[in-house]
Amino acid sequence: MASTPGVLGRLRLFRKTPPETKTNQAEDTYYTASQFQLMWWKFRRHHLALIGTFLLFIFLIISLFAEFIAPYDPFTRDAEYLFGPPQRLHFFDETGAFHFPPFIYGIEFAMDPKTFLLTITEDTSIKIPLEFFVHGEPYRMLGFIQSDIHLFGVSDGFVHLFGTDKLGRDIFSRVMFATRISLSIGVIGLLIAFFLGIIIGGISGFFGGRVDNTIQRFIEFIRSIPTLPLWMALAASLPKEWPPLQVYFAITIIIGLLAWTHLARRVRSKLLSLREEDYVTAAKIAGSSDQRVIFRHMVPSFLSYIIVDLTISFPYMILGETALSFIGLGLRPPVISWGVMLQDAQNVRAIALYPWLFAPLAFVILAVLAFSFVGDGMRDASDPYSR
Amino acid sequence: MLRFLLERFGLMILMLAGLSVIVFITIELPPGDFADRQAYRMKSTGVRVTEEDIVRMRQQMGLDRPWPQRYITWIGNIVLYGNFGMSMSQHLPVTQVIGDRIGFTALLALTALAFTYLLAIPIGIFSAVRQYSIGDYFFTFLGYIGMATPSFLLALVLLYFSVMVLGNNVGGLFSPQYADAPWSLEKGLDLMNHLWIPAIVLALAGTAFEIRTMRATMLDEKNKLYVTAARARGMPENKLLMKYPVRVALNPIASTSGWNLTAIIAGAPLVAFVLALPDTGPIYLNSLLDQDIYLSGAMLLFYAALTILGTFLSDILLAVLDPRVRAGGQG
Repeated sequence: MASTPGVLGRLRLFRKTPPETKTNQAEDTYYTASQFQLMWWKFRRHHLALIGTFLLFIFLIISLFAEFIAPYDPFTRDAEYLFGPPQRLHFFDETGAFHFPPFIYGIEFAMDPKTFLLTITEDTSIKIPLEFFVHGEPYRMLGFIQSDIHLFGVSDGFVHLFGTDKLGRDIFSRVMFATRISLSIGVIGLLIAFFLGIIIGGISGFFGGRVDNTIQRFIEFIRSIPTLPLWMALAASLPKEWPPLQVYFAITIIIGLLAWTHLARRVRSKLLSLREEDYVTAAKIAGSSDQRVIFRHMVPSFLSYIIVDLTISFPYMILGETALSFIGLGLRPPVISWGVMLQDAQNVRAIALYPWLFAPLAFVILAVLAFSFVGDGMRDASDPYSR
Repeated sequence: MLRFLLERFGLMILMLAGLSVIVFITIELPPGDFADRQAYRMKSTGVRVTEEDIVRMRQQMGLDRPWPQRYITWIGNIVLYGNFGMSMSQHLPVTQVIGDRIGFTALLALTALAFTYLLAIPIGIFSAVRQYSIGDYFFTFLGYIGMATPSFLLALVLLYFSVMVLGNNVGGLFSPQYADAPWSLEKGLDLMNHLWIPAIVLALAGTAFEIRTMRATMLDEKNKLYVTAARARGMPENKLLMKYPVRVALNPIASTSGWNLTAIIAGAPLVAFVLALPDTGPIYLNSLLDQDIYLSGAMLLFYAALTILGTFLSDILLAVLDPRVRAGGQG
């Protein structure tokens, strides 16, 4: 996983070539544009990256306002609707008349006399309209906004857009909360990797020589260890009696600890090559202090690379957490993450009978794709003068 | 060449030694040891366990000595006698527990690696030669999906496909009638019939990566002057491709094959767990959960050793392919 760095970054298709003919005026704006503007222009041309940005924005909204978007609390049980399939939203009724807001049909239960499986079908005689901004279960968003208004819901009974799990809990609501946890693991893990990478890579590149050599060998060594088995071993070493929150932080640290090597290498190689750059020499000759050379001239020129690297390694964190939680070594209920939710879907039976249990997976895939697209676009944009 | 080999070999031994320390520390990390867990398990079945019992158990299993001492004993036994210690949960020597399963894991990893290159190299060449064609876009799309999908999900989907459409039995590496049968041609074929799912699953991420690498280098190389020169001499296009750009493009592929193997090995336990393969994956998971340290240690060491061996082999491969590496003595 993390052992194949920049995998996603190599996919650079769908890039539009810059327009060949440019008016003089356009060229003038090009040459006087700020660094940031150049980057934005370049980024804008990368269509997939724009889609990715949009997706990430949605993920951010979901993580921030999960309580509001989710119609129910993640632990509320609809005891009559266990393993219930997703309820379809209908815009047209059987006569073809258009409805807005859409409605869902009532539910009909039937027992298959041979297999004793409960089959759930739509009862078209009952129509339950979907309502927006309904009063539902009270919540406390982000710890201080108290409310009971949810984005949508029904006045009578329940609505389950993604179906329910074995306890009758609404999967849509749970996925919203899981998004928050899963993404936060990635973010905290990245911060850890970021600090370690900057510090260790910085030391390596700044001192050079023997220190550099030792650190580089050490990094090679770390990278030769297969990540997932090591993650598993480390995660398994967490005491079973730890509370879920402590486990959460420990898992985050484990995932972050092993992802810094790539970043450290990048920082080091950038520092080494920047030392030789003309403009750095020029700044030194002009009498700038070391501090000014480093922070005014060197850091801005490699900061963009670091941001790109961070974006690109985000998917590995998400996949790592999902994998660990999936096999039961990572987060544990009552904490909800994508991986924890997927624990219910460990076998072929789940695919055959309850495919909607895999809903969190769509989110995993979308998140990974979004981050790799954005990372890709940023990689191109980080070097705005290259064509 | 000989110097290069010796250097690399020395490095490999050093890394193995370092690894064994890391592995030992990792498996020693959990607070509480096997004696505690054993006591807990006995208590939960109603047996009365006293503090003295635990101390005695610890002495019997040698868990009361400080860890450097235990490390020396552990690694000494491995190096000198090939003895990896006892599996405490199964009361069997570790070698006996994982002995016949290691073969399956290695076979699986190698099959996956073979799949990777058999697919990636031709597709990469195709994508580069027919840049921006429908095929190129198709494989790019497939590559994105392949990298974004967690391997265990893919394993489940393929398993579902294999059970529902092809009518194979669920999981494992053999049909029931062959599971305990002696080796025969039919059993081998049966194994092949089951092996392709885990192999494809494990190969996918690496394949996507290598396709991109191959494509990118090919695109860089195919417009270079030496290629044009060869074309001007009237060399047939196919021969030209194979002889010039492809040869150069194989270098980065060869040099990353070590990483590829690492990635495959890393994904193996999880996929094996989902597919219930009779290889080392499920045992590894259980040994971790049971804190059966000698077993899990041996396995982690085995996984890491495989990848280091893979890196060594990829270095050699690179030296064979590229005379500059041989001459320079550095990879």
